[in-house]
Parts: sequence; C-alpha cells; structure tokens
Amino acid sequence: MISHLETAEHPEKLRRVAIEPISRVEGHGKVTLLLDEDDHVRQARLHIVEFRGFEKFIQGRPYWEVPVMVQRLCGICPVSHHLAAAKALDQVVGATHLTPTAEKLRRLMHYGQILQSHALHFFHLSSPDLLFGFGSDVARRNIVGVAAAYPEIARQGILLRKFGQEVIRVTAGKRVHGTSAVPGGVNKNLDKDERDILLKDVYQMIGWSRDAVHLARRLFEQNLEEYNAFGRFAAHNLSLVRADGAMDLYHGGLRARDKDGKTLFDHVEYSHYWDYIFEDVKAWSYMKFPFFRSLGPEDGWYRVGPLTRVTQCDFIDTPLADHERRDFIAFDNGRATGATLAYHWARMIEMLHAAEMIKELLHDDDLLGSDLLVQGERQERGVGMIEAPRGTLIHHYRVDENDLVVRANLIVSTTHNNQAMNEAIRRVAEQYLDGRQLTEGLLNHIEVAVRAFDPCLSCATHALGKMPLELELVDAEGTRIDALSRAA
Amino acid sequence: MNILVIGIGNPSRGDDALGPLLIDRLAERDIPGVELLTDFQLQVEYVLDLHGRDAVIFADASVNCVEPYAFSAACASEGSGFTTHSMSPEALLGAYRAHFECAPPTAYIMAIRGYRFELGEELSTPAARNIDAAVAFLATTIRTLITPSSEINGREKSASTNS
Repeated sequence: MISHLETAEHPEKLRRVAIEPISRVEGHGKVTLLLDEDDHVRQARLHIVEFRGFEKFIQGRPYWEVPVMVQRLCGICPVSHHLAAAKALDQVVGATHLTPTAEKLRRLMHYGQILQSHALHFFHLSSPDLLFGFGSDVARRNIVGVAAAYPEIARQGILLRKFGQEVIRVTAGKRVHGTSAVPGGVNKNLDKDERDILLKDVYQMIGWSRDAVHLARRLFEQNLEEYNAFGRFAAHNLSLVRADGAMDLYHGGLRARDKDGKTLFDHVEYSHYWDYIFEDVKAWSYMKFPFFRSLGPEDGWYRVGPLTRVTQCDFIDTPLADHERRDFIAFDNGRATGATLAYHWARMIEMLHAAEMIKELLHDDDLLGSDLLVQGERQERGVGMIEAPRGTLIHHYRVDENDLVVRANLIVSTTHNNQAMNEAIRRVAEQYLDGRQLTEGLLNHIEVAVRAFDPCLSCATHALGKMPLELELVDAEGTRIDALSRAA
Repeated sequence: MNILVIGIGNPSRGDDALGPLLIDRLAERDIPGVELLTDFQLQVEYVLDLHGRDAVIFADASVNCVEPYAFSAACASEGSGFTTHSMSPEALLGAYRAHFECAPPTAYIMAIRGYRFELGEELSTPAARNIDAAVAFLATTIRTLITPSSEINGREKSASTNS
C-alpha cells in the first residue's frame, strides 16, 4: 500500500516546505512537504526530475557506438551503462555465450565499479551522518570533518575508491570512459604487469572492506532502536540471482519476493522483463513508478539495490562476504533486513564481496587470453540487465537492418526505487518532523533517508554555479517567506 | 614546475564540454611541465592526483561567471553534498588538507562562461568564442607559472637594456 502521505486533502490550505538539494541543468531532486498550521506533515513527496532525453540521444546511432556513448549519460556510474549496453548488444550480434576472457574481463571491470562506488558512498557521502549523528553540527558533518575526527577511516575510503578506479582503468582501457566492452565480447585482455600491480594491493583492500562491514555493523548496533525504525517500510524486492541462487551482480535471472518473503517469480530470463514489470505514471512526478504486473500499481512497487540483493540471494560465493551476510541475516532476529539504514551495512558486505571477487579474478589466467570476441545470428532486439551499484539496471534496444538503433528503453535503479524512496521520506517525516519547528538538523533526516538509496540524478553535467542546496519555506499562498542555501 | 590542469564536464552536453575542450586545446600546444586530466566531475580520489603538484588548475563551464571567463584562486573549504555525485574544487582541496595533513597545492579555478547544456547539443557560438579566449589566456598564464622568476627578471632586464 502506498502511504497516506502521498496526496493531502485540501493542499491549498497547507504550508509548503521544499528541500531542493541539487539544482542541475536538468535532472535534480527535490523534496516537498506540506504542513498544516500546527506543523503536522500532511503530504511528503520526493521529485526526481528524470531526464528521458538520453533515449532519444541514442536513437539513430550505429549500435556499435552505443556501449561507449551511453557512458556520457551518467558521470558516476558509466561502467554500469557501458556493460548493460554491451550485454544488450551481445544479443543483437547473436553472441549467446562470451569467451571466458571476455566475460571475466567484464566481470572484473564491474566488480571494480562496485567497489569504488560503494566506497565513495559509504565513506564520503554517508559516514558523516552515521559517525556524527543526523542532526549534528552541519559545519562538521562532511568528509573533511570525518577526516579530522577519524583520519584512518577517511584515508581508507579514498584508497579503496582509488583501487576500484585502477581496476576500471586496466580493464576498460582508460581511466574515464573506457572502450573495452564491445558487442560480442571485449577488445582487449588484461596486461600481466597491470594485473600484478593490482594483486599487490588487493589483500589490503579485502582487509579494509571487512573492517568497513564491521564499522557499519557497529554503528547499527550502537543505535539499534533508531536505525531499525528510521524510515522503515515494508516492500517487495527485485534482483538478479545466479542459477544456483548465489549473489551475482553481473548476470542472472530475476527473482522477486513479496514483503513477507514469499516468492513472486524466480530465475526469470530477463529478455522479456516487460511481462513482469510495468511502469506507472503519476501526475506530480516526471519519473515513472515501476511495479510488478501481477500485483498492480498500488501494491506492486518494490525496491532494489544492496539491501535487496544481500537478503534475497541464497548465499554469496566468496567466503568472507558470505560469513558477513549470514551474521547480518541473523542479527537481532533478522529485524535489520527490513531497515532502510541497513542499506549501508548491506552495501559494505557487497564491497567486501567485490574485493574478494577481484582477487579471485586476478588469479585467473583466462584474463590474459586472446580469444576475445564471438558472433552469431544477427537479432533485431537485445536486452541487457546488470546489478549496478544502486540496483537493477535495464538497457533495451531495437536495431534496424542498417545497424541503427531505432528504439531504446533504459530503466535505471533510481527509477525502480522511486516509490520506495518516497515511502522512506514519508516515514521519516512522520517520525521526526511532524508537529515540530523545522531546523536544518531535522530536515537533514529526510536527506539521510534519501542518501541510503543514493539516487542517480542524471548528473552528467554540473557546471559551476548550478549546485546550490536550497531549503525554501513557502506559505499557503505560494509566497516565499524564508530560505537557506549552501554550496554542494 | 609540475602543474596539473583538470578539465571538468560532459562533452555531450553542449557547453558543459568547455572543460574537456580546454584540455584538448592545451594538449595541442604540448606545454612541458603540464599534465592534463579530464572527467565528468571531481571525486574524492582526485586528492591523490593533486599530491606533489606545484599548482593545480580546475577548468569548468560556469553559468554565472563574467564573460568570457574568470580566473581566480581556489581556497580549501569544508562541505558535503547531497549525493556522491560530485565535489567542488574547494571541497576537494579541503579533503586534501585533511587527508595529507598539510596545505594543498596552490590552486586556481578557470571558469568559462557557458549557456546551453542539453544532452546531444553542440557547443554554442558564444561559448566557442569564450573557449578561444580562455585557451589563449591559460596557455600564457601556465607559461608564466612555469618560468622561473629569475628567468623573467633576466628577460625584463635584457629587454630594458635593449631598449
């Protein structure tokens, strides 16, 4: 069920507070709260102005250009788009099975991306809230504050991120916007010298990743009641899993479970995802709201991402991460598995898994092989799906007889999580803001809920002067009566 | 002298290409002592790229600087964002200070005025004029930064003697 706070009765009589965290050229997030005269929250909505223009941007291009050009859609997870597009176009060139070298090189690149993205999220974005407190002094609640108070944590965060970037560089061919994944495979293998450099550091990365899981757990334990309740809501879940039920972030079948853990569908081959997932439209949001067809738009929305993946898989096939997964599932009789703030803990378990996978792959001589490409019977259509750092990512293309893309549909993880993020902020609004005088610290609680998901905001552009954080207070007549702003 | 110039922006979004374009244009000039990098946005690991530099220049499109460009010193500051999606040059310098426990290198911001930022757009005509002016200015400025002051003094002395 969708929260009663989605739409208020008589909104014209309510006071409006807008939290406009990032105003970009296009693609930005905004939270609006409608309050009554006694400061009770009557409506809460997260608007993410999803930019749909990228599908048009792709149409009319030769299909072989697509894996490279889609990286320009997003500056934060270009590797995920690169690989999802390549997977979709594998089908177009009839490559049903890649060579071992090609598949393993792509996997290595993907786990590098997971590691660097999760490290950035936890250490840089979320640790200030988690270490200092959601309503703590805003002057200190940032990465510089963390570096001053917890220098070793900050240092490890930077070096983990850098290591992930190096994995991407050696597998993708370039530090930024690599070119190695092509329809049917890859266009390079792994250089032995570069592999050996990574091997020297990977054990340290595994150790730090494990420490990060323990830090996330400790923070949860120390604030158990608050973390369990914060922005908590029941949701269905969707993720890819391997054929044997293991976590697999690169490839698998679709698994969906309802909010009680009952399986809705399992090991579904994703090339006909539209038989299972549909996208709803709401008048107040530019971003679509996906739902399970079998349950309908009101009840069928779901969440994706680290928390879903860690709780939905049957096991993780790297030992340290699986040990941590089992501890997480068993912790506090399983209550943490439904907590919005447990996204951080689950994210660190995935980071550990990524570090272990990188180690395993670096020891695999298939990566040095020279058999890179396969082709088969040309197809008109291809669907690529991958578990990107923030959740399930779908690329879907139709290519004409002239090799030009004539249709593209992309469903990014932030779209999958649209309703879930709205539910989280409504719970937080009820829990922390209702009936109280709003302050920066209280409003930050809303941002903490959104940060747990780390939505992608079509952020591939960010010219100077376009990234203020604005809190705007507007009365019932729409008159601006107060505002705060800070640079991002 | 060891100078790093980082061009920030997305080449496929109209005038957001100004940062990367400036890097391409500087690369054509092949100025010794200068390393060039480009990315969509700054992230925290760039503190490692800053280490050991004599000076760093961040080049980016700006929607509100004066035309055709603005060149200014950048100072370290604290600050956090709403997502992981970018850092300002000032925040990066602040992170550098915290990470290395010392002052960051001397840093400048080369802001180039842009106007249109839609996906798939070409560089706008006024932005194309601005980048020409910015490249000419920055190439001269970098050479000034690289050239030892004793050499400049020597040249000035020689010039005044000749005149």
